[in-house]
This record gives sequence, C-alpha cells and structure tokens, in this order.
Amino acid sequence: MPDLLDIRNLRIEATSYPPDGPPRDVVLVDDVSVSVAKGRVLGLIGESGAGKSTIGLSAMAYGRGGVRLTGGQVLLNGRDIRGLGAAGLRELRGREVTYVAQSAAAAFNPAQRLMEQVIETSLTHGLMGRAEAEARAVGLFRKLGLPNPETFGNRYPHQVSGGQLQRAMTAMALCPKPDLVIFDEPTTALDVTTQIDVLAAIKDAIRDTGVAALYITHDLAVVAQVADDILVLRHGKKVEYGTVAEIITAPKEAYTQALVSVRSIDHVEKGEAPSVLSIQQVTARYRGTNFDVLKNVTLDLPAGQTLAVVGESGSGKSTLARVITGLLPPGRGKIVFGGRTLSPDLQSRTKDDLRELQMIYQMADVAMNPRQTVGTIIGRPLEFYFGLKGEAKRRRVQELLDQIEMGKGYIDRYPAELSGGQKQRVCIARALAAKPKLIICDEVTSALDPLVADGILKLLLNLQAQEHVAYLFITHDLATVKAIADRIAVMYRGEVVRYGTKTDVLTPPFDDYTDLLLSSVPEMELGWLESVLAHRKMESAGN
Amino acid sequence: MHPILKLVVQRIALGLLLLLAVSVLIYAGTEALPGDVAQAILGQSATPEALANLRESLGLNQPGYIRYFHWLGGVLTGDFGKALTNGQDIGQAIAQRLGNTLFLAGCAAAISVPLAIGLGLVAARYNGRWPDKVISGVTLSTISLPEFVAAYFVIYLLTQVIPIFQPVAMVFPGMSFWAKLNAVALPVIVLVLVVLAHMMRMTRAAILNVMQSAYIETAELKGLSPMRVIWKHALPNAVAPIISVVVLNLAYLVVGVVVVEVVFGYNALGQYLVDHVAKRDLPVVQAVGLIFAAVYIGLNILADVLAIVANPRLRHPK
Amino acid sequence: MRRIPLSALIGLFFTGLFLFTALFAQWIAPYPLDAVLGKVWEPPSEQFLLGTDTIGRDILSRLIYGGQITIFVALVSSLLSFGLGSFLGFLAAVRGGWVDQVLSRVVDLVMAIPSLIVALVVLSVLPINLTVLILVMGLLDSTRVFRLSRAVAMDIAVMDYVEAAKLRGEGQMWVIFREILPNALSPLVAEFGLRFIFAVLFISTLSFLGLGIQPPLADWGGMVKENKDGLVYGKAAALMPALAIAALAISVNLVADWVLSRTSSLKGGRGA
Repeated sequence: MPDLLDIRNLRIEATSYPPDGPPRDVVLVDDVSVSVAKGRVLGLIGESGAGKSTIGLSAMAYGRGGVRLTGGQVLLNGRDIRGLGAAGLRELRGREVTYVAQSAAAAFNPAQRLMEQVIETSLTHGLMGRAEAEARAVGLFRKLGLPNPETFGNRYPHQVSGGQLQRAMTAMALCPKPDLVIFDEPTTALDVTTQIDVLAAIKDAIRDTGVAALYITHDLAVVAQVADDILVLRHGKKVEYGTVAEIITAPKEAYTQALVSVRSIDHVEKGEAPSVLSIQQVTARYRGTNFDVLKNVTLDLPAGQTLAVVGESGSGKSTLARVITGLLPPGRGKIVFGGRTLSPDLQSRTKDDLRELQMIYQMADVAMNPRQTVGTIIGRPLEFYFGLKGEAKRRRVQELLDQIEMGKGYIDRYPAELSGGQKQRVCIARALAAKPKLIICDEVTSALDPLVADGILKLLLNLQAQEHVAYLFITHDLATVKAIADRIAVMYRGEVVRYGTKTDVLTPPFDDYTDLLLSSVPEMELGWLESVLAHRKMESAGN
Repeated sequence: MHPILKLVVQRIALGLLLLLAVSVLIYAGTEALPGDVAQAILGQSATPEALANLRESLGLNQPGYIRYFHWLGGVLTGDFGKALTNGQDIGQAIAQRLGNTLFLAGCAAAISVPLAIGLGLVAARYNGRWPDKVISGVTLSTISLPEFVAAYFVIYLLTQVIPIFQPVAMVFPGMSFWAKLNAVALPVIVLVLVVLAHMMRMTRAAILNVMQSAYIETAELKGLSPMRVIWKHALPNAVAPIISVVVLNLAYLVVGVVVVEVVFGYNALGQYLVDHVAKRDLPVVQAVGLIFAAVYIGLNILADVLAIVANPRLRHPK
Repeated sequence: MRRIPLSALIGLFFTGLFLFTALFAQWIAPYPLDAVLGKVWEPPSEQFLLGTDTIGRDILSRLIYGGQITIFVALVSSLLSFGLGSFLGFLAAVRGGWVDQVLSRVVDLVMAIPSLIVALVVLSVLPINLTVLILVMGLLDSTRVFRLSRAVAMDIAVMDYVEAAKLRGEGQMWVIFREILPNALSPLVAEFGLRFIFAVLFISTLSFLGLGIQPPLADWGGMVKENKDGLVYGKAAALMPALAIAALAISVNLVADWVLSRTSSLKGGRGA
C-alpha cells in the first residue's frame, strides 16, 4: 500500500533580491525524500534556514513569496500534486491537507468569530452541513481542553489567550477530517508552562482522530514527544532520518549527536564568595501605571559567579535588569554594587559604576549601531573609559576579538556582515572591554539556534573563569539555567518565589510554581510528556 | 458606557478643543502680526485723528482677549461681523457662497470616491503586473501637479483640442440642476484628477497591507476561492483603513477647492477668501479661514470615528 | 554597483538640467526678463524659440528666469523647514518630557489646518515679499519635517544600541550625532526631495493666486496667471510655465521615489 505522503527528490528554489546586485536563484531544499504513512507523525527538525517549513508547505504545493518547487515529486494519496491546477489545489487544501501556523494570533481573521473560521473549510468543501460542522467543532474544542466548549466559538480571536488560539487553530485544522495536518512550530511562541498543555492537547487530538501529521519544530525535545519518525535537516539537505528512538538514543550523524547533546554543558557549581551585587527589597513600577512590576525583590550575587533569573513572560525579570542598570529607578529598596550603594537613576551614577556594570542584549542585531564597524563598536568603551587611542586601542580590540574566538579580519567589518553568533560575540567583547565586575545577560541565547547558543554559553563560562566576572543571567530557558548557573532565582508575577544555590533550587521539595515550571520543560527522552502528565494527575488526585 | 462610545466621545471632544485652539490661532495670527487694521482700511495717508476714531469704533483699543471672546461669541451665534471693504454682512455673503462650494466638492467626491476605490482594488489585485503599473505610473505623475496646473492642462485639452466645454464656470441662483452640473464639469474633472491619485494610491496600499497578513495565507491554505478570500477575509479588515483614506482625502479637497474656484472664476467660498486676502479684509479672512479649518478638522474627526467603529477589536471588547 | 532604474535616471537628468539652468540663467537666457521684443503672442520662431507672451516678451527667457526664482525660493524655504524641523524633531525625541509635549502640541495645532489656508490668513496681514514668503513657507512646512524626524528618531532611540550608549554614560550630543543621526540620514534625504517639490508647488500656487512673487519679478506660477488668457485663444505657449512646474515636480518625485525605496528599512545594511 502506498504511503499517504511520499516526497521524492524534492528541490525547492526561490529568487532572492539582494540590495546590491542582480537577483539570483537560491536553492532552499535540495534532494530531500521522505514519506508519511497513514496515521503516523513525522517530525521535521532543523535550525532556521534548514528548509523545514518550506518542505512542510510543499505538501500543500504552496510556496511563500516566490518559492518554487523545481524538481522531484510530491505524491499525496498516490498522485503528484505538482501537476494539479489551481482548482485541483483548492480541492486538496483544507480537505486532504490542513495547516496549523506558528502564530495563531496572526493567522486568525480578526473580524470573524472563531466558529465561522473553524467550520469554514468543512462548509465550503461541502464536507458536512453547518449543524454537523458546529457539533464537530464543539467536540474538538472539548477534546482540546478549551474552556466552555459550547460557547467558545462565539468569541473573536482577540478575546482569547495565545495558548487557546493555538488549540483553536488545531481544531480548525482537524474539523474537515483531513488526511494530513501540518503543524508549523505550533508551540514555539508559547510560555513553557502553556506549551506542555498545548502539546499534550495536540498529541491527544492526533491520536484520537488517527490523522497523519508533519510536525515542524527546532526543538528536538518537543518533537520527541509527539513524532513517530524524525527527519533532521540542515541547510535544505537531509542529515538523518529514523524513528524517534533511533534519533534520540543512537544518532549516527555528528550534527544530530550535537543536537541531542546540546544541553549537556558541564559546569561545577562554585562555593561561597563575597557578594558583588546585592538587591535589597526592591519594588518598582512603570510610570503611569498603578501596579508593581517588581515586589520586594531581594537577591544576592557572589563575585565571579552566575545568578540565573528565570521566569516566564510577565514575571518581571527584564524589569529587574532595567532597575539594576538605572533605566527604571525603583520605588523602594536599594541596590549595593561592589560595596557601594548605587544611586537609583542612571544620570547620577559615577563613570566607574557604569563601567563595572555592563549589559548584553537578546537581539544582537539591534544592540549594535549598523553604521559602525566592529572596531568602533568594541573600541568606544576602551576610549570612553580608559582613554585608549589609535594603535593602542586597535591592539586591545584585536586582543578582545581573539578572546571571543573571532580572530583577524573582523575589525573593519560592519555588523550586517556577521552571522548571528558572531554578532553576539562582538556584543560580549564590547561588554568585556570595560573590564566589568558584572555583566547582565538578557536572554542572550534565545534568538540563536541551539548549536550557536551552546557555543556562546561555553564562551561565557570560559570568560568567567579568565576574567572573574559575574553574570546576572536573565532567561526563560531552564536548560540554559542548568548549564551555567551557580545560583538561581525563580520569578513569578514580580516576586522571587524561590532563590538559592543551583542544587538547592533544583532539589525537591518545590513550591507549586517552581514545580510546575521545572516539570514543564521538555526533556530529551521518550515518554516524558506522558510521565509528567500522569504524575500531575496523580498529584491533583492526591490533593 | 460601551468602550467604543467612550472613545468616540473622547475623539469628538478632542476635536472640538482643537477647533477652539485653531480659532485662537487664526484670530491671534491676524491680530498680533505687524500691520494695523485701521491703517489698512484708511491707507498710509490717513490722519492720526481718523485712525484713532476708527480704532475706537472697531474696538481696537480693547485688550486682545476681550476682542477675541467678542468675536468668538459672534461666530457662535452666526454673526461674523461686517466686511471692512464694502461693509457687507459676512455671514450672508458666506451663506450665499457655501452652497456653491459644497456643490462643487460634493460632485468631485461623488465621482472620485468610487473611482479611487475601484482603481485601487484593480491595482492591488494585479499587484506588480501591467494594470497596476499603468495605474500607479499615471497617478504618480498627477500627484506631482498642483491644482492650477492640472486645471490648465484640462482646460487646454477640453476647450481647445477637443472643444466640448466652456473654460469659465458660472453658476447663478435659479439655474437648473443640470445646467449647474454642466457648468461645473471642468472644475469637477480637475478636482477628481487631483484627489483621485492620492486616494487611489492609499487605497491600494491599505488593501495590499491586508493581503499580506497571515490570515490571508490561512484562507488560501484552506483552499478557498480567490473571491471568497477577498470577500470574507480581506475586505472586512480593509474597510476601516479604506474609510479613513477616503475621508482624509475629502479633507484634502478643501484646499483643492480654493485654487480651482479661482481658476474657473467660480463664485464661491474659496474665491471669496482669496479676493479678500488680497484686499486685506481681515474679518472676512478670519471667518472664511475658520470655516475651512472647521470642515477640515470635522472630516478628520469623522475619519477617526469611523476607524474606531470599524475596528473589530474595539467593537467586541474582551 | 547598484543598478539605478531608468525612471530614476530620467528624474536625475531633468532635475540636474533644471538646477543647471536656474544657476546659470543670466548666461543661458537669450533675452532679459522684462524686455518687450516682439508682437503679442508670436508663434515659435528662430528668434523666439517658444514664441512671445501676452505683451510680447520672450517666453523662453522668462521661463529660465522664472525657474531661477521658483527654484531659489523653494530651495531656501525647504532648507529652512528642514533644518528647523529636523533639529526640533530630534530634540523632542531625545529629550522627551515637556519639551516633546510642547513642541508636538504646537505642531498638531498648526497641522490641524491646511497649509494653504494658514498661509492665506497670515499673508492677509504681512507684507508680501521674498523674505516673508520664504519664512512663512519654511515655518509651515517645518511642522511636517518635525513629525517625520521625530518619528524616525523615536524609532532609533528605542534601539538597544542607543540604550547601550546611554548605559555607557555617553552624553546627549554623542547620542544624537553619533548614534541617531547616521541612521536617520537616508529617510530624511528622501524626505527633502518631497519637501522641495511641495515648496515648488506651494510658491507656484501662491503666485498664481496673486499672493506670491510680485511683479516685476516673475516665477512660473505667476507666469501661468499672466498668460491664462492666451489659453482661451488656443495658444499652447501659454501652457509652458505650467509644463515646467509639472516637469520639475515629476522629475524630483522620480528621484525621491527611488531614494525612498532604497532606504525603506532603517535597520538594514550599512549603506556605505
């Protein structure tokens, strides 16, 4: 019996229009073959630019912005869909294959009620009557754990939360009883505690309806929970293909092995040390608002160590960074840095205070002036704080570039000519140039692909050993925290709910929130999702 | 109170406040600047006594803010004072001419709005293909033309090359509606040309903006027909931006009308304003300036209010 | 090498031609501005390339001198509006607080009335001469430049690299001139072209209404007014000044359109 979806030697190209130069064709996907049998789930995994979404959409013969299928075959239910005309494709889309986008918030029409959108395909393709479609939608809402399934569909997209919208989009994809659903990073935009519920809902729905699925993500731990088989992609080419068990437990290719081991940086927790930064009962709110974003926060960071501040969106962790740097003066409380009490606002701090406290940002792209060269960017703090000029400055810049493992030939380049990881390294060098005692790292690896992020974390650990600099590491990613922290603070709605050494914080007994947070982080093992959910069910039954 | 009603009331209140501030600006702008009304009326050769008498009778010796409130009080009760040059009642003169101006602008709007939306839709539908390129190219060149230049091209074309119209637009009371329409044909064509380009380009941009949204991709991936994608998913979201584009461009007609009336010697408000600027007849300039400003601000408020009402997020609050 | 599209090349050529003739009008124009040389409405001939006007002056010479005045007034007033508007706009964006509030509200107020109406109201009391015209046009138009440069600077001011400079302890002048200005330059340059066109159209409109450049000086708008009767007698030459305005406006627009499309992204590229 032929497979439901059979992709053979697929080649996909697009025309790129570089700002300086003639348009040229680039190959996005090259010679990829893969198949999905009825009722199976195939995970497509890779970094950004690996071509995973492009392959996913090719199953609907859809190309975004000038993307063309230029070679190979896409067989669906035994026929090559590349040969279908516009009318044939309309028949296929929404009936045989449906799609769940990464950002459901943008993918729903804001002017229409959810129910209308969920059942639209079933009606326009003549699959069922309105009453039947609505009943099926309500059933799907219930199955996906949406609140008030009977009336949920009466709402407009902006009236429900992000996690709920993602489930509604899954319901929309499943409603017309398709053969294949393409999930394109459906949980990537969600907080980790929301992600686990949506993931479980999607998995249940796939199993109960017996639909086949393509599950696209960059997170191997996530895909390991839902997929039967995994295709690892890199730069548009196939790296490795196998069952989940094969990929997770016995990866053959070096790249896959790196992906699997990406979160296993070794780092020995450091012992007691005098503190370099001490935050004492700080409370803060933004001007013009009437609630505290930070509530009575007290934290201590020993010199030369790493304090990881972890929390989800809205926890106040980024606000904490703004308070420490002086961008947002606190309402109450004080901050002691290097033995001195810091003045609350930026303007009245001394040059030494400013120098010893540096910052690295999440988006390295916008953290560097695009009109300055790497030499100017790293050289400016040298000139500003130490008065270095000319040859001496250039020599020191080169030393710093060596330290961040970038070597010669970068000093006269502009940020636009660097890769994402290199940009972040330059930002690190700029911070380092000031010889700081403390660097605040605000989600510095979140925008990077896992392997690149790994390299940055290792670099930061090396630099800490060499320079004895402390890090305040703000992140939502617990794997990163485990990799580099000496101390951990867990924040929830502006409060520190748990604080201590890494071992203490990560060892039970936990408070409720930390327990929820820790147990929600996907782990790279088979059956993790089920065991967590079973455990949670048991506990709630026990209560 | 429904939040949408609250927003609308707020917007209207803000607009009225702005109008009040504009009235201060117009009044102060003409009163505080160098030059003396009395001198302007009597000329350089006037005797000091005559000047003093006139100042007294015009109330020019009172402090500025008292004169302002006096003026504002008059305006609010429909009394705009008398023209300096001929002593005519300004309110009456305006009343006679306002209708003509509105007739001209109304005709231009009635033609340009559907035409602009239609062309905008076509250009957006064939984005980047030849119909789009032709429409966009032609409108780019008409955008570059001031009203009076466009007017003379049209006059030359339609009275000399193809002589089907008269180059002067005379309307007078008692004229039949059709005769009036015929008389204003040329100025209306000019106004349509001038306002059409902006309106069409902005309409096109608004539709393209909506067509690039993720929810349009969703609709396409649902296998819906192109008509259904546009009708059910694009249009409901494009209505709000298109409405504000249209109304904002109608406000732009306010300026166009002034110039076009002068070109065609069309006896209406704009002509009246320009004549009296040249004669330095301040009370007339203040009154007519305020009316134009009020119409302009009023249309801007209308654009905002319609945009608020058409926004589904505001119509269905959380 | 960037490819310059054909439309931009045409625009560049004609813009250059106009600027050149304006600059060297005294040497290029065959006859003086005001000399009555022939009969009324003579057709184009070898002596008068574009014919003569309503009182027998050479139209070509008047066009060349008129272009000089038109371009001079438009250029000076747009330089004024640009300098003033962009400086205040940057200041408002960087300083924020009451400086921003006061400037922005004043600009809102002036922009609540169409420029032409404000100009008419103001010109009804002021003496009409070159200085006043340039000042009125420059000040009115600076409100638009203010809005744009404030918005551009605001976009840049929230970038992390500006925050990084502030955290480093850099002064306000460094932030404005070294961090913000280099990144704001390209959209502002494109805007300058648009403001210049607007100034050309504005001064022409005022002159046409008889409230702009006063005789014996002549600009294109005023020439349209002088010669409008010629049109009724079917003299195509009467259209020449109108044609000149249109040609200048369209060519600058073509160039500005191209610059704008090249610089639509603030973050992209270094544009070296």
